Amino acid sequence: MILNASGCLDALTAPKVARSLDAYVAKTVTPEPRLGNSQPRLAETDFGMLNSIGLQNPGIERFRSEVLPRLEELEIPLWISVGGSDAAEYARVCERVGERESVSALELNLSCPNVDSAAAAAAEIVSACRAATGKPLYAKLSPLLPDIAEVAVSVIEAGANGLSLVNSLRGLALDNWTLEPRLGRAVGGYSGAALRPVALAVVFLCYEATKGKVPIVGMGGVQNGKQALDLIAAGASDVALGSILFSDLEAPERVRAELHEEARARGFERPEMARGAAHRPRSD
Amino acid sequence: MASPRRERRRITCSERIGFYTLLRVERGGLEAGHPGQFFMLDVPGHIMPRPFSICLAPKGELNFLIDPVGPATRVLCEFERGQEIGIFGPLGNGFRTDVKRPLLVGGGIGVAPFPYASQLMGNPPAVLGFRTRHQSEVAKLVPRAEICIEPQLVTELIPQGPLDVLACGPEPMLHAVYALAPDAQLAWEAPMACGFGACYGCVVEFEGKSRRLCVEGPVLNGRPPVVPIIDDEEEEVEA
Repeated sequence: MILNASGCLDALTAPKVARSLDAYVAKTVTPEPRLGNSQPRLAETDFGMLNSIGLQNPGIERFRSEVLPRLEELEIPLWISVGGSDAAEYARVCERVGERESVSALELNLSCPNVDSAAAAAAEIVSACRAATGKPLYAKLSPLLPDIAEVAVSVIEAGANGLSLVNSLRGLALDNWTLEPRLGRAVGGYSGAALRPVALAVVFLCYEATKGKVPIVGMGGVQNGKQALDLIAAGASDVALGSILFSDLEAPERVRAELHEEARARGFERPEMARGAAHRPRSD
Repeated sequence: MASPRRERRRITCSERIGFYTLLRVERGGLEAGHPGQFFMLDVPGHIMPRPFSICLAPKGELNFLIDPVGPATRVLCEFERGQEIGIFGPLGNGFRTDVKRPLLVGGGIGVAPFPYASQLMGNPPAVLGFRTRHQSEVAKLVPRAEICIEPQLVTELIPQGPLDVLACGPEPMLHAVYALAPDAQLAWEAPMACGFGACYGCVVEFEGKSRRLCVEGPVLNGRPPVVPIIDDEEEEVEA
């Protein structure tokens, strides 16, 4: 499956692009509305871009009454990204969106600010959400976690059905002359090409730790079919496109076609047959 | 409204006009749109395309005025005839041009949408302000333009009396124009990655609501002026 990374596409302003995906992942919804962060929110930097959007969203109730009905009209599989500040908040959003039939999965945007107890905190959030909904749950993890494979195992044990790997890194860019931070909030999420080897490593380690038994949506700087195939070989079952969608509206179709071609060129009849190829014993 | 398309088109000419560069691109199947609307131009070696107002739309072409202010705009200024560029638009909401007593007010690179606006509106009066004489050479693209150079400010050239102001320029200029003409149509700017409402990078607060400048703007009508959002009490969060 080719999906979008949450926050990188608005299906309501670009329905044609959304329909070209196998599932559309909506922007993170939190219990209360969030206005988001101050300007500037974006800056291009070496090997990628920085964002500081701040999870702007209308809050769960307005999302349910105003946004979701319009997304449902698109008749595409819908995933909803879920945010909150504690387990109860995540669970509340899961419960409110999970009861809608149109929603096929929920992605938990776990930013885990408390790094020391990341595994425990993430597992606590996942079990609360598990109790709140029967829908498939994907835990989206930050590549900043010191032992991400351990966290991956603990969220699966807590009831997550799959993993979304990875969220953005952290980055800073300074103005050339004033040396002031270019983003309003100084530090922001760092995505794009620089994230690619990071995502690949995280997918590789988490696939190994979960013994290849759970679906993994791989994402991070994918711009073409070969890069998508790399993620699949490292252990991803599906691939999400992020910042490439800002500049290439045909990316889903193009990457899908290239992925099939690249897989076939390496003797895999279908891309999914290459899953985990990077883990097989070396041929020499 | 013109429907946006994304195409790869050839540069027909890159023309220096004083400090700025007029990048002339084959139009192909793209519509020119309305003055104040914009196009996203791909920049080789850069992940984010950049937004530019439609500056002129002669037959078979779309023209964009570029200020070489940073690495990406400098790449665009170095484009040569025959090279291809990815272009996406027209996007956003432009100026209402069916006004009775029009006055175009531009500051610096904010002059960009006015050559096209002037043409479509039958050459209304215009006042344009620049930092340097070199920058002001671009005023030749706007017939009937009165110009000033700093330290004189463009707002000093706005005549008394009822006027329908269309303004584009740096934020302090837009605030000053708003103070003089509260009904002015003001073209705002913020960094954007997509141009079609996906990235939420260009969101500003306007009349108590958050607005994406690429979808609900970039031209917003007067009162009250755009203010930056302050909602930063929590830890940084991504996406």
